[in-house]
Amino acid sequence: MNPVFRYLKSLLLIELLKGMALTGKYLVAPKYTVRYPEETIPKSNRFRGLHALRRYPNGEERCIACKLCEAVCPALAITIDSEQRADGSRRTTRYEIDLFKCIFCGFCEESCPVDSIVETHVHEYHFENRGENILSKQKLLALGDRFEAEIAAARQQDAAYR
Amino acid sequence: MQEIRNYTINFGPQHPAAHGVLRLVLELDGEVVMRADPHVGLLHRGTEKLAESKPYNQSIGYMDRLDYVSMMCNEHAYVRAIEQLLGIAAPERAQVIRTLFDEITRILNHLMWLGSNALDLGAMTLFLYAFREREELMDCYEAVSGARMHATYYRPGGVYRDLPEQMPKYRESPWTKGSDLKRVNGWREGSMLDFLDAFTDDFPKRVDEYETLLTDNRIWKQRTVGIGVVSPEQALAWGMSGPMLRGSGIEWDLRRKQPYAAYDKFQFQIPVGRNGDCYDRYLVRVEEMRQSNRIMKQCVAWLRAHPGPVMVQNYKVAPPKREEMKQDREALIHHFKLFTEGYSVPTGEVYAAVEAPKGEFGAYIIADGANKPFRLKLRAPGFAHLSAMDEIAKGHMLPDVVALIGTFDVVFGEIDR
Repeated sequence: MNPVFRYLKSLLLIELLKGMALTGKYLVAPKYTVRYPEETIPKSNRFRGLHALRRYPNGEERCIACKLCEAVCPALAITIDSEQRADGSRRTTRYEIDLFKCIFCGFCEESCPVDSIVETHVHEYHFENRGENILSKQKLLALGDRFEAEIAAARQQDAAYR
Repeated sequence: MQEIRNYTINFGPQHPAAHGVLRLVLELDGEVVMRADPHVGLLHRGTEKLAESKPYNQSIGYMDRLDYVSMMCNEHAYVRAIEQLLGIAAPERAQVIRTLFDEITRILNHLMWLGSNALDLGAMTLFLYAFREREELMDCYEAVSGARMHATYYRPGGVYRDLPEQMPKYRESPWTKGSDLKRVNGWREGSMLDFLDAFTDDFPKRVDEYETLLTDNRIWKQRTVGIGVVSPEQALAWGMSGPMLRGSGIEWDLRRKQPYAAYDKFQFQIPVGRNGDCYDRYLVRVEEMRQSNRIMKQCVAWLRAHPGPVMVQNYKVAPPKREEMKQDREALIHHFKLFTEGYSVPTGEVYAAVEAPKGEFGAYIIADGANKPFRLKLRAPGFAHLSAMDEIAKGHMLPDVVALIGTFDVVFGEIDR
């Protein structure tokens, strides 16, 4: 490069001004960020968030205590105890997920033969007390009841791929 | 005359420029580094040992957590090793999907590197711009796998699910409605391939912007040109790979030298540096982003034209479709066997490597015929790079160490494993 040209280029701060022009452009451009609690970024129907146990439309719980999810869980986060119910069907007496151990890999949902355990779209949750990290069967079923419409819609959309 | 002794300091493990938990013991003479001694192991989670106690498939999720900025590339190495042991090959469409996502991962990684390295060296804005593009690609991760980072998407024999026909959209809110909503959802109207098409058309312009901010910038050049020069001989002797090796002028890229997945189908070039300094490695990585973009574009075109299965039709390895599992007894038995016991692989040893964004990431598995590996060894590129720290950093000033840590692109998930 011509030394005079190079000297001028260096003296006039051209590359710095170009950079400033670029950042200046974004000063007036529409913002990319969202206003979080009110707005959220899009979430896929395959999202793997907080777990839930589902029920059949007649209110019967789906889980049959086959313990596939317990067996497949890489983090050993699921604990299941089962018993025969009075009507002769096999049901869980205890179904617990330790959220501190869970790595949200989605294998439990993948393995469940009756679509009972699912990972919902919920990712905003918190604990206030020690021990609340363990989701009991009651809590999981309550979550399932609360979000059943969204869960069913997301599974419906994805059914063709699974 | 008073005797002045060298001064030893701890750089990290809680230093913001240490990229995680690097503890670097520096011996300084004034501001000149006489010895740099990296202490690693603070993020050791025993992934390799853990894998010995689980069926093969259950460790896939842990591979994501090794190099946590290039997730799917790690999975790819592990999954390829298992496939080689089993003697199966994923269907062609799955191979191209893997190629596509390896390149998405490469861009994700290089954007993270570019943003954080520039931030370390005093350029704040670029960090924000790089994360903007990362967000789009994270959405692709989430759309296929359901997780923004730890995907668990690749499986021995293919990938879990095909690409979705629709992208998730922004919802209306008091601030985003009408024409604004239309604008933010502009790319998201069609399928995921349409989204990626729009992204790949747009991305080269974004890279131009990054280059406007950095490439000619005098501060950036003062901080990187001539810093951390690695000669080609040194690079080879220290077992470097990836941009560290290519920055020193050696054209070595596993995608070209030992093609895997579908890389032999697509056109791309391998950028090499000349001087082996931080600036050259910066240029190499920026050019790699452009080339990755090019490969992505070709992958998208291929995937549009070639529908098909994304998983092998072998119930000994891959579970049957859910529909079938619920109707057919045989399929249900296979489903139960696979999710409890997994599959046994033949006795043997195998090493499979992929060109991860940081260099050669490999998985070495010794199988003894059981359903879990007898031994798993992971070859992390960052470990080889970091071990050269002392030799490269010697004689540099203290602030240059920050530039060096940045240019090595260290991530402690993979170094400590």
